[in-house]
Amino acid sequence: MDRTGARPPEALLEAAAPARGAAVAAPAASAVRIDSLGAWYGARKAIEGISLAIAPRTVTAVIGPSGCGKSTLIRCVDRLHEVTPGARVEGRVHVGDVDIYAPGTDPVAVRSMVGMVFQKPNPFPTMSVYENVAAGPRLRGSRIPRGALDDLVERNLRRAALWDEVKDKLGRPGADLSGGQQQRLCIARALATDPAVLLMDEPCSALDPISTYRIEELMRELAGDVTIVIVTHNMQQASRVSEWTAFVLAGDDGIGRLVEFDATEQLFTKPADPRTEAYITGRFG
Amino acid sequence: MASPALAVRPALALGRRRVVDRAMSVLFVAATVAAVTPLLLVVGYIAVQGAHGLSIALVTQLPAPVGEPGGGMGNAFVGSAILIAVASAIALPVGILSGVYLSEFGGGRFGDVLRFFTDVLTGVPSIVVGIVAYTILVVPLRSFSALSGGFALSIIMIPTVARTTEEALKRVPLTIREASLALGVHEWTTILRVVIPTGLAGIVTGAMLGIARISGETAPLLFTAFGSAFWQQGLLKPIAAVPLQIFQYAISPYTDWHEQAWAAALILMLLVLGLNVAIRAVTRTGFRTVR
Repeated sequence: MDRTGARPPEALLEAAAPARGAAVAAPAASAVRIDSLGAWYGARKAIEGISLAIAPRTVTAVIGPSGCGKSTLIRCVDRLHEVTPGARVEGRVHVGDVDIYAPGTDPVAVRSMVGMVFQKPNPFPTMSVYENVAAGPRLRGSRIPRGALDDLVERNLRRAALWDEVKDKLGRPGADLSGGQQQRLCIARALATDPAVLLMDEPCSALDPISTYRIEELMRELAGDVTIVIVTHNMQQASRVSEWTAFVLAGDDGIGRLVEFDATEQLFTKPADPRTEAYITGRFG
Repeated sequence: MASPALAVRPALALGRRRVVDRAMSVLFVAATVAAVTPLLLVVGYIAVQGAHGLSIALVTQLPAPVGEPGGGMGNAFVGSAILIAVASAIALPVGILSGVYLSEFGGGRFGDVLRFFTDVLTGVPSIVVGIVAYTILVVPLRSFSALSGGFALSIIMIPTVARTTEEALKRVPLTIREASLALGVHEWTTILRVVIPTGLAGIVTGAMLGIARISGETAPLLFTAFGSAFWQQGLLKPIAAVPLQIFQYAISPYTDWHEQAWAAALILMLLVLGLNVAIRAVTRTGFRTVR
C-alpha cells in the first residue's frame, strides 16, 4: 500500500476534495511536494521560492549553514511555523494529495498526519513513558480501550527501538530516561499518531555519538514505512542516513533559498552548484 | 594607563582588589543581616510574649464576657478559615483563569493593559479595598457579612494568584507546547492537559502565596467582616477574624486580653510561616518535574 497520504484523516477529506479534482496537478507520487514556499517572521523573510518533491518512504536530508532557514522549511510542512506570533507562509505544500495551506484546511488535522521530532528531546515532563507514547491519540480525544492502547504503546516503542530498555519502567517519568532514550521516546510518541511523514529537526544535535548512531540506524529502519525529512548541520550524518539531500543557503539578504536538491551521493560527490561544493568541502558554514 | 601600573606593581594592585573584595563582602553580609534582623526580632518577641497565653481554650472557646477570666477566640479562627475559603472560592478561579489568559493569549495590547491593572491592584492600599467591598456588598445588603469580608480579601488575592500563575505557565518551555501541537492536539487541549499540568507546582504556589498574603489582613475586614463575639452565623452575618480580634484585644485595657492577642498573633504567624515552608517544598518538587 502506498502510505503517502493514502489515509488522510476524515477531517481532511473535505478540504482535500478540490485538490483531488486536480489530481494531475498534484499527484500523490511524492509524499511531500513544496511549491515556491516562502516564510516570514513578522517583516523578516526567512526563506523564499523553495520547491521540492520528496519521494515516499525515503530519507531526505536538508543541510545548510546555521540560520539558512532549514528548520523554518520543515516547520512549514507541519504548519508549525505559524505558531510563532507574526509568522506567515506563502506558496503551497502538499502532503500526499492534501493541499495543507488550502483555505479551510485545519492545521490540527495536518499535524496529525505529519510527525515532528525536535532538536532537544522534549518528553512531556508530567507524563510517564507510557503516557508520553499514548499522548497523541489520548489528547486528541480518541477513546481507545486499554488493551489496544497497551498494544499501541508497545508497538511504537518497538518501532523506536526503545521497548527493551523501558519495558520495565513504563510508569516512570519520561524525563527520567537518558537523553538518547528521551529522543527515541519522542520518536515513539510521534510515530504513535501514525504519521505518513516524519520531520526531524536536528534530532541528534543534543546527543552523544552512541545515541546518535542508534537514531541514525532507527531512521534507516523507519524509512521502510514512513517518509522522513531530517534537518541536520552534520554533513556526515546527511550522507549516512539520507537518499536525497537538499542544500539550503541564505543569501546576502539573509533569506534562505534552495541551492541544490539531488540524490545524496550525487550531491556529495558531483555537486552541480559551486556553492554546494564550497559548503561540503567546508569552505563556509 | 592601568596596565603598566599593574605590570610594575602587581602586588599592590592585587592588594587593592582584595581589600575591595573584602569590603564588598562585608557590606553584603551586613545588608543581609539588617534585612533579616527585624524578622527574627518580630518572631522572637511574639514567641516570648505569646507562648504563655497559648491554650487549647484559645482556639476552641468563645470569648469570655468582660471581667470574667478564661475564654478564647475559637470563633475568630473559624471565622478566618471561612473568610479565607470564601476569598479563595472567588480569587482562585478568577486569578488562575486570568493567569492562563495572560500567559497564553496576553501577548497583545489588551494583555499589557490587563497586566498593568493587575500590578496596580497589587499596590492599592488594603483599607481602600475594604471600602470598595463596603460599597459594593455591605451597603446594598444592609449588613456587615462574611461574604463581604471574603470578597474584600479576594480582591487582594487575585493579582497575586494571576501573576504567579502567569509566571508559572510562561516557564513551561515552548518546545513542550510545540511537541503537543505537533501531535495534532488542539490548542485548548494543549493548554489544559499539557501546559497547566506542567506548570501546576507554580500555580499551587501562587494559590498558597495568595492565602498567606490575606490571612493576616486586618484593614479590609474592618468595614466588611466587622468582627463578632459569637460563632459564625452564616455568610450574610458579621463574622470574627483572627487579625481583627487581635486588633480589638490589643487596644483594650485588659491584660488577659492582651495576653490572648499575643498568643493568637503567635499562632497566626506560625500558620503563615508553615504555609511558606510548604510553598518552598512545592516549588522544589515543581522545579524537579519541569527539568
